[in-house]
Amino acid sequence: MFAFLVKRLAATVPVLLIVAVLVFLLLRLTPGDPAAIIAGDAASPENVAKIRENLGLSKPLIAQFGIWFGNVLAGDLGESYFFKVKVAELIMQRIEPTLALSICTIVIAVLVAVPLGVLAAWKQGGWLDRMLMGFSVMGFSIPVFVLAYILIWIVSLKLGWLPVQGYERIAGGFGPFIRHLILPSITLSVIYIALIARVTRASVQDVLSEDYIRTARAKGLPENRVLIAHALANAAVPIITVIGIGVALLIGGVVVTESVYGIPGLGRLTVDAVLARDFPTIQGVILFFSFVYVLINLLVDLSYLAFDPRIRY
Amino acid sequence: MGAVLEIRDLTIALPRGADRGNAVTGVNLTVDRGEIVCLVGESGSGKSVIAHAVMGLSPKELRATGGEILLEGEDILKASPARLRELRCVRMSMIFQEPMTALNPVMRCDAQIEEVLAMHTSLNAEERRARVRRIIEEVHLPDPERMMASYPHQLSGGQRQRIMIAIALIMEPVLLIADEPTTALDVTTQAQILKLIRELQQKHGTGVLFITHDFGVVAEIADRVAVLRLGALVETKTKTELLARPEHAYTQMLIASVPSIKPRHRGSDAAAPIVLKTEALAKIYSSGGFLARKREVHAAVDVSFTLRRGQTLGIVGESGSGKSTVARCIARLIDPTSGSVKLGNDEIATMSAGALRPLRRRVQIVFQDPYRSLNPRRTVGEAIIEGPLNYGISRSDALERARKLMETVRLDPSALNRYPHQFSGGQRQRICIARALAMEPELLIADEAVSALDVSVQAQVLDLLDEIRDRMNLAMLFITHDLRVAAQVCDHVAVMSKGRVVEYGTAADVFGAPQHAYTQALFAAAPGRDYAFGS
Amino acid sequence: MSTPAASATLAASLSTEDANIVARASVWSKLARHWGVRIGGAAMLLLTLIALAAPLLGTVDPTLFDPGSRDLLPGAQGEITTLEGESIKHEFMMGSDSFGRDIYSRVIYGTRVSLIVGLACALVSVFLGVLAGLSAGYLRWLDMPLMRVMDGIMAIPGILIAIALVALWKASLLSVIVAIAIPEIPRVTRLVRSLVLSIREEPYVEAAVSLGTSTFKIMFGHILPNTAAPLIVQGTYICASAILTEAILSFLGVGLPTDFPTWGNIMAEGRVQFQQFPHNVFFPGIFLAVTVLAVNVLGDGLRDVLDPKMAKKV
Repeated sequence: MFAFLVKRLAATVPVLLIVAVLVFLLLRLTPGDPAAIIAGDAASPENVAKIRENLGLSKPLIAQFGIWFGNVLAGDLGESYFFKVKVAELIMQRIEPTLALSICTIVIAVLVAVPLGVLAAWKQGGWLDRMLMGFSVMGFSIPVFVLAYILIWIVSLKLGWLPVQGYERIAGGFGPFIRHLILPSITLSVIYIALIARVTRASVQDVLSEDYIRTARAKGLPENRVLIAHALANAAVPIITVIGIGVALLIGGVVVTESVYGIPGLGRLTVDAVLARDFPTIQGVILFFSFVYVLINLLVDLSYLAFDPRIRY
Repeated sequence: MGAVLEIRDLTIALPRGADRGNAVTGVNLTVDRGEIVCLVGESGSGKSVIAHAVMGLSPKELRATGGEILLEGEDILKASPARLRELRCVRMSMIFQEPMTALNPVMRCDAQIEEVLAMHTSLNAEERRARVRRIIEEVHLPDPERMMASYPHQLSGGQRQRIMIAIALIMEPVLLIADEPTTALDVTTQAQILKLIRELQQKHGTGVLFITHDFGVVAEIADRVAVLRLGALVETKTKTELLARPEHAYTQMLIASVPSIKPRHRGSDAAAPIVLKTEALAKIYSSGGFLARKREVHAAVDVSFTLRRGQTLGIVGESGSGKSTVARCIARLIDPTSGSVKLGNDEIATMSAGALRPLRRRVQIVFQDPYRSLNPRRTVGEAIIEGPLNYGISRSDALERARKLMETVRLDPSALNRYPHQFSGGQRQRICIARALAMEPELLIADEAVSALDVSVQAQVLDLLDEIRDRMNLAMLFITHDLRVAAQVCDHVAVMSKGRVVEYGTAADVFGAPQHAYTQALFAAAPGRDYAFGS
Repeated sequence: MSTPAASATLAASLSTEDANIVARASVWSKLARHWGVRIGGAAMLLLTLIALAAPLLGTVDPTLFDPGSRDLLPGAQGEITTLEGESIKHEFMMGSDSFGRDIYSRVIYGTRVSLIVGLACALVSVFLGVLAGLSAGYLRWLDMPLMRVMDGIMAIPGILIAIALVALWKASLLSVIVAIAIPEIPRVTRLVRSLVLSIREEPYVEAAVSLGTSTFKIMFGHILPNTAAPLIVQGTYICASAILTEAILSFLGVGLPTDFPTWGNIMAEGRVQFQQFPHNVFFPGIFLAVTVLAVNVLGDGLRDVLDPKMAKKV
């Protein structure tokens, strides 16, 4: 168990290192002067010169990476020329809405998708199964922003039930906080539900054809116990895995959803930074999102230990 | 003594588009209290369908269209799902072929047994625990405390099957259905499990419906035998009567197909040139290392033998004995760790892949699984000529050779442009043999090449291999777990256990007077050894 | 006799040894009979025709605008100025945007961009992924480093890579295609690698080894053909997701230049006045959703027919 932990953690380090290299190279392999790009379009020549010195641009590429990576490890992601603050600080300021939106979305998605997937697998080929498969292919196909506008148009504009856009900090009261979060979370959860439900259905279906399910039925167990204690327990690993992998989809969705609903989170920050060509911020946000993504999938891997006794490295 | 199970005129339809109308047609069968009835048939005979129908576990596509299945007088076919659940494990139980997959891998063994008690009794937790412990002891599992706390993957196949039996018998049902319960087990484990079933069945007076394809097992365990062919019963008799005087032609053919365990004496030239000679051949797999504990598996150690032209050497062993590892080392599908493999005068154990390629022609191999041995996207003809083309033979010559070989293996040469899926398992195995022969090899390795086949088909393929070896004067290395098969085809036998050759000699010597304790145990466990099959 | 490996289902086990020579229906006729393939394929065919015949469908040049015809409602009559400066009468079937451009023409021409991007991304990423996957699966020394780099790319959410790349390069059709295709490559690589690793263990490949077939021939003659089905399916899904990603990039304003008629651009322009003129968002939105849906339905159908094993997995 300890060996598994150490091994898994050790395997994460090279991945993060490669991510850092890729993010670093992103800027260096771009035509043009990195210092000028980082300083922004309206920078003075002195400013550009100063940045050039800080980046060590006269040194070889590997040394430049060393300087940059040393700074990143020290928590210094550089300074945003557009927002005029440290990128790390900027990320911390914008993290709350994104976190709230993501957690809300994951909770909705898991609560809806897993039971639906299990039931669809149980009655394979039945009406629920067909509806779910239809829903899921539509969920994969409808663009997040189109869905967002449909929901806004119906729920907010026609029915007037919920605010059109914006965000309220949780410190400002739970009611307004949650009211502003409902629509974005539903919007974002649709593709996630499609994904999780599909994988749940498929893996439970797979498990249901296993011999030990036949054993469970031969014991005279009722179907609900067969489904939950035997089928779902064995299908847990692929389901949790896809929840982890789906975080990449979630992050993509956050960028769009925050932009449509005007939520001042990290996704919105990403778009603003790109539009302003604010490269330190772009780099910082990508690094941060990737780090979170790798971390979540590390936790997912570690959780296998709890779900499958066969995993002992 | 009344019947616990009475099957009357049972007919079960197959879904449309299948190769016959009914899976099971008009089957009548009874199982009395305290009696073991063997239901014997080849694959596709419908024997498992009957077993599942009795438990009410048939898939939707396989509906009974007529007849009744009476469990102590109650018709299972008319029982509601709720009533079926009440009966399962309480009045009737079932154990399955695959102990490896029949237990829930993420649930501890004691919980899987206890679940039955929680469902069907009102015992409290403590009483349930005591009862579970008692049944674990009853199925003779060692170290009950540890067994109860284990997950299935921590147990051996035999131990898992014992857990399954514990689950099935804890409520002391009147009927036990055993669906090929020992087919996936090694022969020594099989003997123990058969003994256990016999013991518990006699102790509790349970009626047993025992499904099997293996007449050895039938000879070992049955009181009465019913022979099933294409869904219909051809003959039902007591065991002694059936084995001694089979009436129906099909039964006679089946029993005649079972190879005898007495070695057949075949003359072979002891001075023929040596084709293959291995010395101290070893294959060691190592894993782990960095951070994890380093583990070494000695799959084969110190394997030495000699094989001459025109001879067959059998390597006999249970699963994990290393017999297939040796075969794959000799075919150089894997690289030996150390030792020597001499093909004629060429040392191939250490030869580079490039240098080896011209020599590959001389060693050919036929694998166990006929369904995966042929590329599904290539016609049979393409498969057979692939090798000759690699060695520079012209396409037309290669095709001519392929046509001849198809006749040799008794297949229609005009079928060369068909795809593998259009052939049955036995036919595919013939095609694989033809593909190997197209290379005109000196050594043919048959790696469990008849193990996946039904006994009647197996007999035909064995005859074919025998004939080919004589006609083409090949050396043959025959890998098998089946002592009966080995007795019929081998001149020499090497018995392997845990990676080592424990006994090596002529078939007559090894089968006649086994020396090593392991060999003796292996022979003692061979089911049906007291009956003279195949003579 | 049954083997431990062959735990076939009950119904399957009923085929008898010598009687199961059942002719298997050809793949093409199975495809033609599958409803998903029919519907998805027909929709794709229709969309392709629309893209090809865009100039013939009552459209005008999608970049034309007329300050006099701004913010028209669907079906309104108006005028539009051609490149020669001539003013012609035009019916704005889907209304006009705040520059006075014809939404209908832009939506129809937008089909071209979406289909090109989807198809090109699928081809590029499958081609490069197959190369990388075959190399990783067959050249053991390359496996470790190559797969670590792929892990690294996979660890960065795809849309962020695409956004960053397009932002850094000059946005053009080519740069958008490459930027969207790059994050898809690792997934194809992984798929191909795992297929190679499992197929090379198949007895028929081992048989080819002992028949003296060269590694190169085994790779391209035995292994690659058996990866075709899952790759076609994967390619379809990449096509769908690329169409979506391109639309997102345009919508966020980081994709193709705004005068380019893409569905994302039309919606980006329309979102400002969404409350008054929701159709500026909904018309291109419907086309986008229907297109992606058609590709996905086609993909699911192909998967059901070509790759039933994977169909069971997801």
